[in-house]
Amino acid sequence: MPEINAPARQPVAPIALRRRVTDHVMTGIAVLTVILVLVPLFAVFAYLVYRGVGSINWAFLTQTPKPVGEAGGGMANAIVGSAFILALASILGVPVGVGAGIYLAEFGRNRFGDVIRFTADVLNGVPSIVVGIVAYSIVVLSQKHFSALAGGVALAIMMIPTITRTTEEMLLLVPQALREAAYGLGVSRWRTTLSITLRTATSGVITGIMLAFARVAGETAPLLFTAFGNQFWNLRANQPTAALPLQIFNYAISPYDEWHRQAWAGALVLIILIVTAVAAVRFAVRRGTFGAA
Amino acid sequence: MAIPSLPRPNMHGPQPVESTKVSDFRSTEKRAASLFRGTTGETADRVFKFVMLLCGLAVLATLALIVYQLVMRSALSWHAFGFKFFAGHDWDPVNEQFGAMPFIYGTLVSSLLALLIAIPLSIGVAVFTTEMCPVVLRGPLSFFVELLAAIPSVVYGLWAIFVLVPLLSNYVQPFLSKTLGWTGLFEGPPYGISMLAAGIILAIMIIPIICSITREVLMVVPQHQREAALALGATRWEMIRVGVLRNARAGIMGGIILGLGRALGETMAVTMVIGNRPEIAKSLFAPGYTMASVLANEFSEATGNVYLSALIEIGLALFLVTIIVNALARLLVWTVTRGQPARANA
Repeated sequence: MPEINAPARQPVAPIALRRRVTDHVMTGIAVLTVILVLVPLFAVFAYLVYRGVGSINWAFLTQTPKPVGEAGGGMANAIVGSAFILALASILGVPVGVGAGIYLAEFGRNRFGDVIRFTADVLNGVPSIVVGIVAYSIVVLSQKHFSALAGGVALAIMMIPTITRTTEEMLLLVPQALREAAYGLGVSRWRTTLSITLRTATSGVITGIMLAFARVAGETAPLLFTAFGNQFWNLRANQPTAALPLQIFNYAISPYDEWHRQAWAGALVLIILIVTAVAAVRFAVRRGTFGAA
Repeated sequence: MAIPSLPRPNMHGPQPVESTKVSDFRSTEKRAASLFRGTTGETADRVFKFVMLLCGLAVLATLALIVYQLVMRSALSWHAFGFKFFAGHDWDPVNEQFGAMPFIYGTLVSSLLALLIAIPLSIGVAVFTTEMCPVVLRGPLSFFVELLAAIPSVVYGLWAIFVLVPLLSNYVQPFLSKTLGWTGLFEGPPYGISMLAAGIILAIMIIPIICSITREVLMVVPQHQREAALALGATRWEMIRVGVLRNARAGIMGGIILGLGRALGETMAVTMVIGNRPEIAKSLFAPGYTMASVLANEFSEATGNVYLSALIEIGLALFLVTIIVNALARLLVWTVTRGQPARANA
């Protein structure tokens, strides 16, 4: 019987204590950072709900602001005004954004497309207050007064780059074979793009639009000197209009407790609107309609 | 160009339906007929391409318009003050003397303070979510961090005024001035409203940006880098340090710079807590003023052409700085993720 003469297997040297301790310490630090980041998140939400829930009532949702010193009143005009400005922004921004996305996906696989792509990314990073200045110079100065339209233009400029890039991304996910099948049947290029490609990617494109919408819904800075704010109802595009974020800002920096209370209520309403939109988008993504990145 | 490994969108375009029978041929034909309407000739195609091109050009035009408006409307101030505008310390609308130095200083200091706080926190969270935490926690954690990005700036400001500022003035500032007062950075009366408050609230706002880009970059680090490090006997932390973080340096840097771009342009929350006084003070407890907040506070009340023009020049400077910072960040992120679009705002 052959004798196995191999040397006994050496035990693997244990990892040095110092290295093990470093490993544990670093894990601990990572957990600590997570806690430190989540604390402000929950603090903001908890305090928002705590201060906001008590202040939201029927009057808040249906009345216009009362003068200083009088209790009651609400932000109904600001809620409607915000919806109005956002609708204007969507009407102006969505078609352009989707169109530019279609151009990039279907015709823009070249140097010129890259230029537009880069421009859109750069536009995404322009500070919102600067966008406000530009909308002021273009719309307010030519109309001679603040207006809902100017606010809509400012928000539209902010929506376009996000919509463009997500639309492009979603159209590129549509398999080339689908387009080729349509061409093969003799369908023209524009019909293919609109009825086959875009229709296939609809829910993704809508996701992008919702994201852009949620992003601008809470913007205050570009509205400061475009929509300006208003104490009364207004649904004319060429008049100053109240907006929820503006009203929150004005009430927050005021010295009155009653107004502070309303600012919290307004903030809660705003957050509920935005978080609902974002959660809906995330739910749509999770359903596997679109690949998670 | 379709990439085979990516998950496909659900197709609800025209699809072959199982119940379609030969006897149904006529109705199918009728339905398909609409697709062929207007297909004669290439005119429609040309028009379509032209309209889409116009939309694309609109994106270019918007940026050009922004630059043109800012340059044109700040010309007055540029002619009056020249480069001295950026070095001057006086901001005196009554005598029409304008110097932007205090605002530039405030913007830089508050943004750098924010980065100082945000960088370690966001990298820590990103490393934890990609490398350490149980897979079950991954989704909820990134969702919560993204939720931070969904809170509007004005709500952060509101929270900062009523929660953060009292907290700072009652507890944090007295503690800091007792322990670190000798550095000169933490001197003065603890009012709460300060550069420090602005830096902290900015940090909370840029964490989700830096964190999501870092996470994205860490996820594209090839798995074999990790396996190789572990096979050599590295502990988990050593594996992360040598195999993951070192490979993702450029992308993390891009994320940080993108966060910086956001911090520079952030307006509302900062305006609400920084104190809005155009002074340069060494202490972080002193109030300050940033470029974005001077615009927010004074633009709609600016009387006189030079005043307005000076404000717009500040806007132009802010625009140029953020553009450069953002372009740099995009380039860095693109080099790592190979042109896959960075979904910072998803």
